[in-house]
Amino acid sequence: MSVATQAAARPAEQYRVTRSRRNVAWTGAGALIVVVVLAFFPYVVYSGTTAILVQGFIVLTLASMWNLLAGYAGLVSVGQQAFVGLGAYFVLILALHGTSPFAALPVAAIGCGVAALPLWWLVSRLRSGYFAIATWVLAATIMLVIERFSSIGGGSGMPLPGFAGLSSTLLTAYTYWAALAVTVVALLGIYLLLRSRLGLVLTAIRDDEVAARSSGARVGLARLLVFVVAGAGCGAAGAVLAISQLQVQPSADFSIQWTAEMAFAVIIGGLGTIEGPILGTILYMVLQQTLASFNAWYLIILGLVAIVVALFARRGLWGLVDSRLNLRLFPVGYWLRLDGERPKGRLALPRRR
Amino acid sequence: MAWVNAIIQGVLTGGLYALFACGLSLIFGVMKVVNLAHGDLAVVAGYIAIGVITVTHVPVLWSVVIVVPVMAVLGYVLQRTLIQSALDRGVLITLIVTFGLSIVIENGLLQFFTANSRGIGAGMSLVTGSFSIGSQIQIAWLLVLIFAVAVAVLLGLQYFLSRSRYGRLIRAVADDKEAAQLAGADYRHVFGIAAAVAFATVALGGIAFGMYSDLDPTTGTDTILLFAFAAVVIGGLGSLWGTLLGGVVLGVAQQIGAQINISDELLAGFIVFLVVLAVRPQGLISRRAGS
Amino acid sequence: MTDGVTDAAPQAAARPSPAGRPASGPPLLEVRDLVAHHGQLRALNGISLQVHPGEVYAIIGANGAGKSTLLRSIAGLHQPTAGSVLLDGEDVTRLRPERRARQGIVMVPEGRRLFGSLSVEENLKVGATYARPGPWGLEQVYDMFEWMRERRGQLTAQLSGGEQQAVAIGRALVANPRVLLLDELSLGLAPVVVQRIYGMLPQILATGLTVLLVEQDVSQALAVASHIQCLLEGRTTLEGRPADVTADRVEAAYFGLAGATSAPGGAAEGSKSLWPG
Repeated sequence: MSVATQAAARPAEQYRVTRSRRNVAWTGAGALIVVVVLAFFPYVVYSGTTAILVQGFIVLTLASMWNLLAGYAGLVSVGQQAFVGLGAYFVLILALHGTSPFAALPVAAIGCGVAALPLWWLVSRLRSGYFAIATWVLAATIMLVIERFSSIGGGSGMPLPGFAGLSSTLLTAYTYWAALAVTVVALLGIYLLLRSRLGLVLTAIRDDEVAARSSGARVGLARLLVFVVAGAGCGAAGAVLAISQLQVQPSADFSIQWTAEMAFAVIIGGLGTIEGPILGTILYMVLQQTLASFNAWYLIILGLVAIVVALFARRGLWGLVDSRLNLRLFPVGYWLRLDGERPKGRLALPRRR
Repeated sequence: MAWVNAIIQGVLTGGLYALFACGLSLIFGVMKVVNLAHGDLAVVAGYIAIGVITVTHVPVLWSVVIVVPVMAVLGYVLQRTLIQSALDRGVLITLIVTFGLSIVIENGLLQFFTANSRGIGAGMSLVTGSFSIGSQIQIAWLLVLIFAVAVAVLLGLQYFLSRSRYGRLIRAVADDKEAAQLAGADYRHVFGIAAAVAFATVALGGIAFGMYSDLDPTTGTDTILLFAFAAVVIGGLGSLWGTLLGGVVLGVAQQIGAQINISDELLAGFIVFLVVLAVRPQGLISRRAGS
Repeated sequence: MTDGVTDAAPQAAARPSPAGRPASGPPLLEVRDLVAHHGQLRALNGISLQVHPGEVYAIIGANGAGKSTLLRSIAGLHQPTAGSVLLDGEDVTRLRPERRARQGIVMVPEGRRLFGSLSVEENLKVGATYARPGPWGLEQVYDMFEWMRERRGQLTAQLSGGEQQAVAIGRALVANPRVLLLDELSLGLAPVVVQRIYGMLPQILATGLTVLLVEQDVSQALAVASHIQCLLEGRTTLEGRPADVTADRVEAAYFGLAGATSAPGGAAEGSKSLWPG
């Protein structure tokens, strides 16, 4: 008999529904160790390596946000580069007024979250395909608007002030820690979000939107919140970008390439899972480092791999691992337990295509 | 006056935008999905035309005769293979796959043709010449030709959809593809025909753009896709002639923007788009049933 | 099998034709041990039937009994998990719906499902696009439904329910099917309209068609059918000619009451078979 019939055969009082606490403890400990180890890097590795890692953290943050949008809220946005650029420019504007760029970072993130609200209002009524292009148009428009103001560098950008007095080692270290902090906060935030009630709504939307709507879930509100969070997250990544580049440049900061990188990392790693973006970013960085000299090639290959994965391995590489090993590093599900017994099996409902 | 000149320019450019937009609108009407690589395909057509002209030295207009059917066949094949597989897996996957296609095409072009922009030089007086109305207004013949072609294409599309057998099938499949199956129609084949038509129109647009301006690998997205989309939204989702109206409004907005401040051309167009999106999201021509 | 009450026994492969059927040889349409699922729910639990040329075969049953799933599986819109569908002896189970339509299995779907942006005539023309040769064409449909001729340029969204049903039937007829599948014709229509539409059946049959219909209205089905089969929760609970079955038997079969069938594995066990395993 399956789990369901077995469960139905016993009286209800004998069962408890719990979160997967044991798994979380292990993962939490593991994650903490990883973070602590990473935090020590500036002391032990060359600045070249930390620079690569900073880039990786930026992509990881972006990828996690895109995963939240597309994998959980069903929103395919190809305009997140708008927030990357906005985050960078928020830092610039604050730095021009005397704030330290590092202090400006959280403000930039919040600013981008706020900016996401009117943008959402503009595009939220469009259906998926048109929604996607509309986000692209928004990004292009925002870039054009920013380029008009020569006080913030116009079309060619300008260097980021506010680093006077910092030695280059210290600057590298602070940049690295800022990037690490942003990534940790972003991943932690997403994890907590998905474990919350909002997360339940999102997973329901991911699995079957019509059913979610008809069971009363506030789909529109959930999507709005996700869009705002993703805006803030991408903005934070953009702020880190500006700091790590020591400059802002419209064509680079608002480039569609950011969307390509975050989307492909997520798809190859695993859409709709928290672990997927991590795996995808690692793969992406490896690919980028090995193909660094063949600039356009790595995007071509990345694109082709993403297409193949999207068609044939929808849950990406993590999905393949997950289905074999039944492993969840960041568990957000529930277990059905008989009192005193170990969990019998995952109450996983059949996934709809 | 310079303003009148600008407006006329804008109206005529609208024809070019309509050529880009009608294919996008057709595909969305039939398959309910957007091909994010739509603009890049126009650029591909332009590059093929350049290649054909370079190799065979045929006059520019002859390249159209070669490239458009090639693109139509390419459209049918791509639809039946890649796009259909993506469609079977859902809208999300389709967007991701077409986005991937767009990136691959752009970077492929970048890799093999460099980032230099190219034009489809014609060397014909038709292409470079212009005529004047009064002393202030100068209109390029090419623009008039492109506008005429756009109107002809839209008329042809309208006739095709309303009178021909495949046009009827396309509309039927757009309404209810299961019911169409019950009537014996293979909707995958009908999708393929629609894609072939869309690719043909976008190829015309790409060649026209290459003659009027210059093409580079990123033109597909920077310019063509975004403009096509803006034209569709402004004109009205689901309306064929709406794409012409939307294109015209976009073109005029851009030219007026350029009059105010030369670097505001693109911005003015996008701002009009955003205003329409905010105020009248269904577009200027409200949606008719079907495409 | 003398009294016509049968169950869909698994070993039905070489089932002899029950007594009382027209001895016109092999069936035109045959379904063998069809099993179909909706996700984990088993909607059809080994259904078999045979439709001979010229018959009006009616499938009745309550909501959720599996009637529409059966018809959709025969039309090709639903892929069965097991079993087969045969047209004139040829296995069509793997064929896509449009191929089956072109071979002669044409369905009038539940809820009409006309092409809303097309006119009446355009709907018919679409139906005729892949038509087989035969007596039905647009003119013949206009002859049968006189009002349609004048209003053929109208958009179907402006028609009444009964008129839409007529157009839907016409759209199927112009394809010149061999087997016409009618899915819940009476749904959403006034009884008078339903009767008028079913009144067209003799005309349709006269041109050589065979009809397999699904109907919730039992009395209507009994009135037009030459053969009837009742489904309950995916299993057959009754099968036979209307003349051979009493109202009580039909009622018992419809609702799955005790003593409904004398077949092994009948309704009593069937009602728990919603979950697999």
